[in-house]
Amino acid sequence: MWLIKMAWKNMWRNRSRTAITMAAIFFAVILSVIASSLKDGIFSNLVKNVVSFYTGYIQIHKKGFWDEQTLDNSFKSSSKTVRLIRGNKNVTAVASRLESFALASSVNITKGCLVAGIEPEKENRITFLEKKVIQGSYLLDTDYAVLLSQGLAERLKLTTNDTVVLIGQGYHGATAAGKYLVKGIVKFGSPDLNSRTLFMPLATAQNFYNADSMITSYVLSLRNTNNLQGIRSQLGEPLGRDFEVMSWEEMMPEVKQHIQTDSSNMKYVQGILYLLICFGIFGTLLMMMVERKFEMGMLVSIGMKKSKLIILLLYESVFTVLVGCLLGITASIPLVYYLNRHPIKMGGETAKVYERFGFEAIFPTSTEVSIFIYQGIVVLIIGLLLSLYPMYKVIRLDPVTAMKR
Amino acid sequence: MNTVIDAHNVSKVYNRETVPVYAINNVHLHIEKGEFAALVGPSGSGKTTLLNLIGGLDKPDTGSVFINELDITKLSANKLIDFRLKNIGFVFQSFNLIPVLTAKENVELIMQLQGIEKSVRDVRVQQLFRQIEMSDKMDVRPAQLSGGQQQRVAVARALASRPKFVLADEPTANLDSKSAFNLLDIMTKLNKEEHITFLFSTHDQRVIERARRIITLVDGRIVSDTAAVSTRHEKADV
Repeated sequence: MWLIKMAWKNMWRNRSRTAITMAAIFFAVILSVIASSLKDGIFSNLVKNVVSFYTGYIQIHKKGFWDEQTLDNSFKSSSKTVRLIRGNKNVTAVASRLESFALASSVNITKGCLVAGIEPEKENRITFLEKKVIQGSYLLDTDYAVLLSQGLAERLKLTTNDTVVLIGQGYHGATAAGKYLVKGIVKFGSPDLNSRTLFMPLATAQNFYNADSMITSYVLSLRNTNNLQGIRSQLGEPLGRDFEVMSWEEMMPEVKQHIQTDSSNMKYVQGILYLLICFGIFGTLLMMMVERKFEMGMLVSIGMKKSKLIILLLYESVFTVLVGCLLGITASIPLVYYLNRHPIKMGGETAKVYERFGFEAIFPTSTEVSIFIYQGIVVLIIGLLLSLYPMYKVIRLDPVTAMKR
Repeated sequence: MNTVIDAHNVSKVYNRETVPVYAINNVHLHIEKGEFAALVGPSGSGKTTLLNLIGGLDKPDTGSVFINELDITKLSANKLIDFRLKNIGFVFQSFNLIPVLTAKENVELIMQLQGIEKSVRDVRVQQLFRQIEMSDKMDVRPAQLSGGQQQRVAVARALASRPKFVLADEPTANLDSKSAFNLLDIMTKLNKEEHITFLFSTHDQRVIERARRIITLVDGRIVSDTAAVSTRHEKADV
């Protein structure tokens, strides 16, 4: 206990130096926490944006559908299956879809398109499709009408209240044909989706494809998206081998790759911050060892064991790092929460580019508690590792040499 | 058995490989319990080196140092630290005290290192501060004490562990006359009343006058040893 008391007093023997070290740690922790929470926040927002384009966080298909996306790989919609899915506490919404392809025609223009039969209300909870309507109005479950993506509508030269003709191959080789009212036009950030997607109510799609009660996928939104693989396994187990449960990461590997690449770049930034912390702490330790060389020699001379001296110095380092770290974390909490509520907004051309691709032009922070804890632990470990230097010096300390002036 | 320090044929050589310099050359020294002895000599004569060898801070190249019949040159570095803590009190020329601790805490430090209980420590600290006549300065930090007062606290600290003897390296070197006499008074009183053995290096005439035995070192050899208390001594070749 007396060693702790002595270490605390020693820490304040040179107030300015301790304050400078603490300030270095304080600011580095703030920057590190903000950088980390921004990174996680931006990626989480990116995922949210990408997921809300179309895929949802998780999709459940009949086994083999993802490799061969045909109506032959559809399955019968069942309330029992939906109950099984909803049984997972993490699932907040489930929407059924029947997806296939068809040729869409207007007067004399034809274009291949992706036809998505959806449950309008449930779908909106997952992909916020209603928000993407830029002309006309959103679908109702009972509508015998469609929503066209902006690019497709432009290609077919159609607008709301026009009629689109669809021709395709239905379930089990049946012919699918029909004409539908264009109830609205939706705009997608993804150029691919924007150029070739057509939405209609699920029942209308089942009728069009002659696939009564059949669907191709359940699209899920989740409460906590941190443990996707865990949730995927939890869902897969009760559903059995007939189904494939896929996360957005598997359905869009290119987005995951992008996040991983950006995440690695961010690690360099954090590395530089950690390096700053290292210099701050090491500088202090170096000065402290020079300044107190005589005193340490004297302490060993009068009978203080080197192990005790090492513990004393260790306490001093840990206290300095801990105080700087705790202050940094305490100060970063309101900052991170503020930036979460009031995200950094991009302006000008950058914002336009983001919006063009359907992303929100904002940089929110993540308020995950683990970020604060992780950064605190990393800085503490840095401090402890750097304390090895004074330990090494004490082990090699010769009291006679140390007390020579 | 009253012998406290017994140095046999002790030598310390620097620059062994190139031009050997004998800091201590074949010294024999015998100190009895209760002595008040001064090591005198010009700068570079080996006073501090000899104190370091006797105090177990340094190891001789040849010879042995016995403290209460224990050859401390055979002890490991770690055991020597423990030995010093229990058996030897040190007073250095200056910067003796830890600046962040109060005078009382500085004295208590030795006893804390020995693992002595707080109640026992408190009694001992009170007694020591009475002996150095500084009971009113116990809670003051070293920076607020004069040089002489700091050295008195250093003496109290050296005595805190009830050592076999106290080694003091130029204890009055940085003190004005009044402070030096004051410190010497206290050391003499402790020696006379408590029979505490003091061996100190000095070239301060004021200290030399108080010493009851004067050992003169020149170029690492004892050239004279005038003792009030009879001791065995070896005169070096001059």
